[in-house]
Amino acid sequence: LLVSLLRDHLRHTGTHVGCDTSQCGACVVHVNGKSIKSCTLLAAQADGADVLTIEGLAKNGDLHPMQEAFRDNHGLQCGFCTPGMVMSALDLVAQNPDPSEREVRGWLEGNLCRCTGYHNIVKSILAGAKAMRKGV
Amino acid sequence: MTDMGIGASVRRKEDYRFLTGKGRYLDDINLPGQCYAYFVRSPYAHATFTISSGKAEKEAGVIAVFTGADIVKAGLGGLICGWVITGKNGEPHKAPLHPLLAIDTVRYVGDPVAVVIAESYAQAKDAAEKVEVNYEPKPAVTSPTAALDKSAPQVHHDAPGNLCYDWEIGDRAATDAAFKKAHHVTKLELVNNRVIPNAIEPRAALGDYNPGTDEITLYTTSQNPHVARLVISAFVQLTPEHKLRVVAPDIGGGFGSKIFIYSEETVSAWAARELKRPVKWTAERSESFMTDAHGRDHVSHAELALDKNGKFLGLKVSTVANLGAYLSTFATCVPTYLYATLLQGQYTTEAVYCEVKGVFTHTTPVDAVRGAGRPEATYVVERIVEQAARDMKMDAAKLRRINFIPSDAFPYQTQVALQYDSGNYAGSMDQALELIDYKGFAKRKEQSKARGRLRGLGFSAYIEACGIAPSAVVGSLGAGVGLYESAEVRFNPTGNVTVFTGSHSHGQGHETTFAQLVSDKLGVPFDNIEVVHGDTARIPFAMGTYGSRSLAVGGSAISKAIDKIIAKGRKIAAHTLEAAEEDIEFLDGNFTVKGTDKKMDIAAVAFSAYVPHNYPSDELEPGLDESAFYDPANFTFPAGTHVCEVEVDPETGTVDVVKWAAADDFGNLVNPMIVEGQVHGGVAHGVGQALLEGCQYETDSGQLLTGSYMDYSMPRADIFPDIQVVTQVTPCPHNPLGVKGCGEAGAIAAPAALINAITDAIGSSNITMPATPEKVWRALNAGR
Repeated sequence: LLVSLLRDHLRHTGTHVGCDTSQCGACVVHVNGKSIKSCTLLAAQADGADVLTIEGLAKNGDLHPMQEAFRDNHGLQCGFCTPGMVMSALDLVAQNPDPSEREVRGWLEGNLCRCTGYHNIVKSILAGAKAMRKGV
Repeated sequence: MTDMGIGASVRRKEDYRFLTGKGRYLDDINLPGQCYAYFVRSPYAHATFTISSGKAEKEAGVIAVFTGADIVKAGLGGLICGWVITGKNGEPHKAPLHPLLAIDTVRYVGDPVAVVIAESYAQAKDAAEKVEVNYEPKPAVTSPTAALDKSAPQVHHDAPGNLCYDWEIGDRAATDAAFKKAHHVTKLELVNNRVIPNAIEPRAALGDYNPGTDEITLYTTSQNPHVARLVISAFVQLTPEHKLRVVAPDIGGGFGSKIFIYSEETVSAWAARELKRPVKWTAERSESFMTDAHGRDHVSHAELALDKNGKFLGLKVSTVANLGAYLSTFATCVPTYLYATLLQGQYTTEAVYCEVKGVFTHTTPVDAVRGAGRPEATYVVERIVEQAARDMKMDAAKLRRINFIPSDAFPYQTQVALQYDSGNYAGSMDQALELIDYKGFAKRKEQSKARGRLRGLGFSAYIEACGIAPSAVVGSLGAGVGLYESAEVRFNPTGNVTVFTGSHSHGQGHETTFAQLVSDKLGVPFDNIEVVHGDTARIPFAMGTYGSRSLAVGGSAISKAIDKIIAKGRKIAAHTLEAAEEDIEFLDGNFTVKGTDKKMDIAAVAFSAYVPHNYPSDELEPGLDESAFYDPANFTFPAGTHVCEVEVDPETGTVDVVKWAAADDFGNLVNPMIVEGQVHGGVAHGVGQALLEGCQYETDSGQLLTGSYMDYSMPRADIFPDIQVVTQVTPCPHNPLGVKGCGEAGAIAAPAALINAITDAIGSSNITMPATPEKVWRALNAGR
């Protein structure tokens, strides 16, 4: 599986595994720019593809605007679902740069969080989308 | 208040590593030579069995297969329950053996019978299929009330009738007398549904043995590594305490489920020593469903007696609590001292009595889940109060208000053992009504009706006992441990500070909150403070994090250590500044000679303590490093009112939560941003229980039907409205920070508020949790 390749072989442990039925979304990464659950893709299927994980977002130690928005809006608590949430949010914003609150909530169907009640995650994604529109 | 001190919504220190994928959770840790454990589990809820591991041992990559017999041969004891409940008959609760691996009988689906250890996880899992277990299935019982039936299958031969204890609290005679005076009695049958905790990080363990020092290190997903070390050493007798180190790194949520000492973690530590290789186990989610201790599962009958004005005269509750197949670490106290002692609620009810039967069944052990006993108590009190308001045709807010303990009546001795320390219940009610726009509800109801929807509003005026707890009190009630907390505040020679805390953070943001506290009180820049937790080799001793105790107990320990630092710093400054100690004032990080401009900052004091060239070594030890243990004087009592509004679609029974107002009193706040986040998460947990989550076992077979995210409905982002949170502050009078705790409030308040709103909307109280569309539709159409 792609997630095993990332975690066990490449030692990129920022991508997490939280379930065995492809539902929790802790393992979301981007493959060729689209968010996918890396627990459901064979590593071989990603052969030659461009894979982006949470580790690849910050540049020179500076957080990506979406990461910054999560920090500013307390969009994470234990942090375990967070990489998947951020990667998933970035795909939403790529497709819909100005999502409504309901659209954000609907998009997060495939990402589970037990800590935040989603409240501040939704706030973070709206703020992150806004910052990205402004090109911050 | 500084912008990084107490009261400021400081952004969290921990977030950078979590947001960049640099958190270090348990499964991220790997050691050279590591092998992998896979547990063979019972597919039956109740069976006797024989086992043979010979074939599995020959499989590729297999290093060892261990069974219950190997554990017995190694002389290891069973897992323990740390709180003795004394029943009505004066006898302690029944405590049957809880073996690490089942010996000849399995008692729930998922009960481990063997562990296979192999070079890879896949090899271990494959070989597990070759372990030959011959089960002889027996009849099983999963419902707590059915388990009390005379003909019910017996879970343990040494717990006749499946009864662990039959316990009571309160004055039965006084309560019966109160009911004789009643103008009206409201009665309710209530089921508090069984929930599965579901921290998103599954439990995991990595055992490591060093033959050179004979030391075992256990990395584990624990909310309280010292308690794990104590139990595994003193009771399982794996190895003496000083030869066992327990490390809990970044933990992906706990919600209670990671308090307990489980089989898998313990066996991984033992196997590492047996094999002299690191042994790793990471739960699959299906194992989390089967083996993380579940929560709630009460069946209650409650009666509330009122006089003609609506004053509460008496409350009588009889509860049957499911404890599961074995007693988990704190299983016995959850449905007793953490539950029935809160049945006073926020009210002046004159007499309260409760009896609880704790019952064994062929199900996963049940223990504390976020709120632990207090959500169950709040659900009883707030459902019956709301029902009483409807029976008496009184406004539900007004009925509560005339029964609230007045804010000038504290300290208030309840009828069920606790003494509430402070509160302003009417104040929270006022805030909640304002926030939800109570006056506008009738109009909103009309608007909903025009759209074919039924709108309802429900209250929950909750109270909880947190900051657990005074050691002498819990000791007298049967606890096997003290419930203090420890802290060490260490200045390094260059003036920065390392804080060692016994509280464990698994999402609560202690690294930030505690640094704010230290920064505020010592005047050290926030960024110069590091908070260390979760390692028995680095922390003096610790009782850990649960029961919303971290700030009230752990933070108070830090505060006490800070006081000692200042006291010592004052002596050092007095010497250096050539002044009398009593003339030294400490403010904002500076020691000043009263009435002069002579001063020394705390970093300079620290430097002189570690580089003592001109230092009163004959009067003072070098170094600036103080530790403290804090044992609370009382519990703390966070309280408040939550109100929610729902819209029900009568065609489908679907419930939309449209408004949520949370008015809470947590005493003083250190970081309001984090506090609000805790409320959101708690409310979501409670909404999950009330609307979606319900652990289901098949009645006869005892199969767990809700064993994955395909079958167990978790709350997702799209079911929530904007959750509005407001707080008021009545400081806790007995801890140095005036704080009460906030981590569980939402989960405690939410279920009653939501079900009260649904029953208001549909005009029927015949609803059980989770209030699925089918149940709501059936309740609406019952008369058809």
